[in-house]
Amino acid sequence: MLHTVNQSPFQKSTLESCLRFVRKGDVILLLEDGVFAAQAGTAMSSLVEGALKSNKVYALSADLKARALTDVIQGVEVTDYAGFVDLVEQHTTHAWL
Amino acid sequence: MAEDIKKIMFTVRKGPHGTIYVYEGLEVKLIMAAYDADISVVFIDDGVYALKAGQNTKELGIKGFEATYGVLVDYEISKVFVDKKSLEDRGLTQDDLVVIGEDEETEEEIRPKVVDADEIAAMMAEQHNILCF
Repeated sequence: MLHTVNQSPFQKSTLESCLRFVRKGDVILLLEDGVFAAQAGTAMSSLVEGALKSNKVYALSADLKARALTDVIQGVEVTDYAGFVDLVEQHTTHAWL
Repeated sequence: MAEDIKKIMFTVRKGPHGTIYVYEGLEVKLIMAAYDADISVVFIDDGVYALKAGQNTKELGIKGFEATYGVLVDYEISKVFVDKKSLEDRGLTQDDLVVIGEDEETEEEIRPKVVDADEIAAMMAEQHNILCF
């Protein structure tokens, strides 16, 4: 499973909800305002840090760059649109809108 | 040709009436149910409010959809699940939810089934497609 999260963790509990349903082998892609969850050293960093213990977490580079986010949590893999397409090809997707 | 039947899950995570999502999602479900698809519906987060019995939308000036939920089983949508934690977080129990039909033989009322996140995650993993409303 690929879980995509496009909401900021500071404004919505979308990522928290998503993480309750993530299983072993599932991957998470943060995009749009979801990439705020990938910042290191924030009040919400622990969500992604926790997820990284058991799952792969990706963040979309275009959305990171657009928001000037350079300090990404260690272990989060930055991917581009081509990588996004690969992930969608490899997994059944659930968009946590 | 059972293996050709697509497993399609709908997740409903938004509350009713505040946006058009729940209503539109219901329309899509009914359309999809007309095809040979294995449909399941899961209510998570504020989506559980969409199933609360006793909704009266008269003063909003809209039709509402509780009556349609009441006949989901007639549309062959009987795999309707509710996330246990979302329900409990909102002080609700299965008794607060709408009846979605009745058992053909026993005529017993059918309500959405309360399941936990692990069960939902396992069902998600079996789907061909998952649509979020």
